[in-house]
Amino acid sequence: MTHFFASLRRNYEQGRISGVLLLGLAILLAIVLFGLIGPLFVDATNAQVGAVRPRKPPGADYFLGTDSQGRDMWTLLIYATPNTLKMGLIAGFIGVGVGTVLGLVAGQFGGWIDAIIRVISDALLTVPAIAILVIIAGNIDRMSTWVMALVVASLGWMFTTRTVRAQVLTIREKSYIEVARVNGEGPWEILFTEVMPNLMPYIVASFVGTVSGSILAVIGLEALGLGALEEMTLGNTIYWSQQSAAVLRGYWWWWGPPIVVIALIFIGLFLTSVGFDRFANPKLARR
Amino acid sequence: MSRELARYLATRFGQLLLIVFVAVSINFIIPRLLPGDPVQTALARLQATGGAQNVDIQAVSAAYRAKYGLDAPILEQYINYWFDLFRLDLGVSFANFPEKVSTMIGNALPWSVTLLAVATLIAFATGSLLGARLAWPTAGRGIKAFVPLMMILTSIPFYLLAIILIYFFAVVLKWFPPAGGVDTTRIMRLDWATTEDILRHAFLPCLAIVLGNVGFWALGMRSQMVSVLGEDYITFAEAKGLPPRRIFVWYGMRNALLAQVTALALSLGSVVSGAVLVEVIFNYPGLGSLLYVAIRGQDYFVIQGVVLMLIVSLAVLLFLVDLIYPLLDPRIRR
Repeated sequence: MTHFFASLRRNYEQGRISGVLLLGLAILLAIVLFGLIGPLFVDATNAQVGAVRPRKPPGADYFLGTDSQGRDMWTLLIYATPNTLKMGLIAGFIGVGVGTVLGLVAGQFGGWIDAIIRVISDALLTVPAIAILVIIAGNIDRMSTWVMALVVASLGWMFTTRTVRAQVLTIREKSYIEVARVNGEGPWEILFTEVMPNLMPYIVASFVGTVSGSILAVIGLEALGLGALEEMTLGNTIYWSQQSAAVLRGYWWWWGPPIVVIALIFIGLFLTSVGFDRFANPKLARR
Repeated sequence: MSRELARYLATRFGQLLLIVFVAVSINFIIPRLLPGDPVQTALARLQATGGAQNVDIQAVSAAYRAKYGLDAPILEQYINYWFDLFRLDLGVSFANFPEKVSTMIGNALPWSVTLLAVATLIAFATGSLLGARLAWPTAGRGIKAFVPLMMILTSIPFYLLAIILIYFFAVVLKWFPPAGGVDTTRIMRLDWATTEDILRHAFLPCLAIVLGNVGFWALGMRSQMVSVLGEDYITFAEAKGLPPRRIFVWYGMRNALLAQVTALALSLGSVVSGAVLVEVIFNYPGLGSLLYVAIRGQDYFVIQGVVLMLIVSLAVLLFLVDLIYPLLDPRIRR
């Protein structure tokens, strides 16, 4: 443990761990804690329809006001935030997992497998994701946060595949791979013991990007009304506020707080990815 | 036209066809992968939610089953699907029976294309200029203060920005209309009043897209410009005594823009995704709103048609960007 902190400190002094990275992680940590600790202080039933008096502005009774269906916004926000994060994380894990495997396979084996993977991923990268997701999500009868995460993950792998494939092609030409091959390591052993460790920075970076992209897609689909409408999520809150014309009727406390939390999530992820670039690529640290 | 250029254009055109092919196939396959037949499911759900009571569901269903030969072998269905597409026959709307989907899309398309094209061009131009200016050594403190603001704006989805804009500029200040493409009472004519009306309605959606994108272009341009300005030919141009303005525009920006145009091609997909939602928020009469209304009403063929249209028009846009590229980069033209 002391060793870990010592290396952390050394990295900080060398400028590899930047203020940007720390700020980004701090924001994300704060949001996660908000979702984890928050439920201990509020009554979950207040987030149900008709639990409290509707359309109250923020005040002494209701910290963030209530919506027109009689839900306490503060309680709703506390339960909605982790759900949205959960979908982003699940989709991120699946997307990056599938993306890494496909990228490794394409880069390592080449040939027609590579050609097929590359053509499909390039074509899907240029298509507006929302169009395909709408078709998939619109055809699903029973939506849930898990299904939503799966739907979004189905278009969340291409970027990782591209990055990993490009890196595998570069790493394959390195001399230590040649040494391993001469030492008699098989292709799979080389892939997992020599190539994989060097890919980790890229995979972590793709993960941050994929989570961010997945949350963006989830909120977009939910805003269109394609989400699991009975579940509490940030995107659904936006959807219901739109349905009740909350903007035009001036209920800013209905759509304002979810937008702030969503913005903080994206800013946190953005800063983390910028900061991580600097960590993984020491050349940038000196700028 | 040299052989390289011809080959470049042929590759890009092949890519266009490939994307269209993949899109059409996905559009065909996904609904059929799911249990039940698409028309029956859609109509049943339509009936359950009470989407369109004025339609004789059984009649429509029977007509569709006959027309699309939904009991025919899958390959035959697929081929028929392509034939219908070539005749621009995308089916009819359930909710607005018997209006044709192609007519509905035709009405919505100009709104979307104009809004998106204008907003993207403004964002791209101002963002690139701003970014280039930021990288230039004489950039003042005032302009540098924009950087954190732009980082925040790029990271927020721009349809959420749209909600905030509506609240402040349409609800609180009442400077602009909160929704729609024109006044509901307006009779469309080619005169100044109509134009002004359209512009007034388009301002906020356009602003939302521009604000959400300008930072992306500025930050990208800044990093490109920093590396271009480190090149030897810039030092050489300075040593020759060229005026700084000339170096900035013709030696710096022109080279940095190449990467920006590549980024434009890659980011158009997410810009379109965001613009769809901006239209929904503003109830703007484009493809996005059409899609939203169709989803709400389970209007199956409209959803399919709009999605197809989005994918195909994006592929065409990408192709156009690819056509611009050789004009910017003489190395491809050679």
